[in-house]
Amino acid sequence: MSAREAILGRLRAPQVEASLPDVQAWYAAHRRAENPSQRVSRLRQALEAVHTEVHDTTNVGWPALLLRLAAAKGLRNLLIGDGTAHGRRLENCSPRELQLHRYEQPIEAWREFLFDGIDASLTLARSAIAETGSLILWPDHSEPRLMSLVPPVHFVLLDSSRVHADLHAAISAEGWDQGLPTNALLISGPSKTADIQQTMAYGAHGPRELVLLLLHPEGSQP
Amino acid sequence: MKQVIQIHPVDDFKQRSLGVLNDPAQRKNFRGAMDFLQSKRKGQFPDPDERESLRELGAAIRRYSLAHLPSLLEQLERNLTAQGVQVHWAQTPAEANDIALAIARLAGAKSIVKGKSMVSEEIGFNHAMAEAGIEAFESDMGEYIVQLAGEAPSHIIMPAIHKTRQQIAELFAREIPGVPYTDDVDGLIRIGRRVLRSKFAEAEIGLSGVNFAVAETGTLCLVENEGNGRMCTTVPRIHIAITGIERVVEKLEHLPPLLSLLSRSATGQPVTTYVNLISGPRKAHQLDGPEEVHLILLDNGRTQAYADEQLRATLQCIRCGACMNHCPVYARIGGHAYGTTYPGPIGAIISPHLLGLDSTYPLAFASTLCGACVEVCPVKIPITDILVRLRNEAMARPEEANLRGSGAARSVIGTAIWAVWSQIYGRLGMYKLASWFMSRGRALSPTEQGAWTRSRTPLIPAPKRLRDLLKDRQK
Repeated sequence: MSAREAILGRLRAPQVEASLPDVQAWYAAHRRAENPSQRVSRLRQALEAVHTEVHDTTNVGWPALLLRLAAAKGLRNLLIGDGTAHGRRLENCSPRELQLHRYEQPIEAWREFLFDGIDASLTLARSAIAETGSLILWPDHSEPRLMSLVPPVHFVLLDSSRVHADLHAAISAEGWDQGLPTNALLISGPSKTADIQQTMAYGAHGPRELVLLLLHPEGSQP
Repeated sequence: MKQVIQIHPVDDFKQRSLGVLNDPAQRKNFRGAMDFLQSKRKGQFPDPDERESLRELGAAIRRYSLAHLPSLLEQLERNLTAQGVQVHWAQTPAEANDIALAIARLAGAKSIVKGKSMVSEEIGFNHAMAEAGIEAFESDMGEYIVQLAGEAPSHIIMPAIHKTRQQIAELFAREIPGVPYTDDVDGLIRIGRRVLRSKFAEAEIGLSGVNFAVAETGTLCLVENEGNGRMCTTVPRIHIAITGIERVVEKLEHLPPLLSLLSRSATGQPVTTYVNLISGPRKAHQLDGPEEVHLILLDNGRTQAYADEQLRATLQCIRCGACMNHCPVYARIGGHAYGTTYPGPIGAIISPHLLGLDSTYPLAFASTLCGACVEVCPVKIPITDILVRLRNEAMARPEEANLRGSGAARSVIGTAIWAVWSQIYGRLGMYKLASWFMSRGRALSPTEQGAWTRSRTPLIPAPKRLRDLLKDRQK
């Protein structure tokens, strides 16, 4: 008998009754009533509580803001995805001080440079979660997984209309149960550890800094 | 690389406990860490009604998942396989290690970089790999420190909780070539980051644990703060995930309550920095991620707990560590004294299934049954009831044995004493006679009364029985 059959065989008995818990109802009862702008400010508070920089900007204004922040942080270069609209926006600005690199080859071809030579990266978040201050990323070929992990500074663009109340709301609204991509991520702040004497240190293995550029509708007063 | 030697708790549990009790520095480390973790958790649950209803929901999800465990495991396997993940089943630690070794040999792997995985500790993974000439590197900062020191984790969430900043500084300066002494925490973390980054790049295989596996989508959920888990599951060509068979849930919507309970109970965070949902290997057009993903499902005695309705609740555990953080025994003796992979209250109730009750029963007795663990457990495991049950199992007669190692605490003398006791206390005439002799023969009471007199004065029967005193009063 295979290990699989032996294990499954031992799990067949005894049958214990347990009904399917109503998770939906729990969230419906505990979710606070709030308007979208209250949700956005809850997201901001939660992210700032875990050492994340949050900047309000617009779809027109973000490239200039990003270049200003990059200069202030002394960044030499920035990693962008291959063929993304926001990447092209930045390339069209053709910044002189900030060199742009595209993630266009498999990691095996340029691992050393990614690990040692890249100062920062820019990716898009598909949505976010107010309750826990989490950015939702579904990395794919245009913005691969390591973009949000290896460079010491990570810039994230988020449309402020895409903030869910909590993870349960995000899963139901976006239909995640219909199937997930190879990798889906929630990112809530820069990488950190408290493994040495419960003292918080940032930049453990991933980014030391997480910078959120929150995109508000044109002309709105954030 | 130093290897951790597996010790079994029945040997020297008391000696190890006494060792820590008599070490003020270690006791201070543990007390400080426990106070810190307790207050962090408390801060995350300001609303008792929300906390209690969420715990109820979490417990209901875990009970439901366990009730449907065999079919959920099959569904998980089906979906993962369809998405390109290879699923393996292991009944014992040796089988699990053999599966990993076969994958490593096929890949010609020389080194494995590891994210935090208690199941890998449970199966002695690093040791098994070292014997086969493959180096396994821990990459979680706490695990890295513990591995560098040649020790085992003393806490399931914070492995190096027993060490001070200065001890870690000395360790780094001694063990890492070219590193000067610094006890600045940021500086120490930078050193760890630099050393480990080269390991991520070199290793052919990344090993990780699994916090939850979701059957309906075929997804492995991993939570962490550091990013080393994401490194291990993304950079090396092969990712091997290993987990106990109990960590599966049916639906994706079961994750939010469990993740909330886990991070708030474990470290007092609303969420961990990273929640990593993995549903398959790298696709043809993708530029990073592992080409192969394997999942090893380990039994190692879990089916024994499953078979018993009361003990099955042990498998509801989501490994947050809150029970040990709030345990008056753990806070005083620390994790190493237990001698098991999982220490504290959860260690006392899960270890008998993994290692046998014969080598672990002293842990079930090392409890005041105060119930602090039950009060904080996010999935409401009745830990104290299970501890009492395990004590009874340890004393069970051979014909009532239910578990591997049942009856191990029975002794000839103990059994004889209780047999005499029940003869006396079960019959009025015998009781009267025996108590008469005891009160008159009190001068003959032994001054050495075993464990009782180690820290107490000897028990001596009263000169007059209650019965005699009452008789005197009625005169």
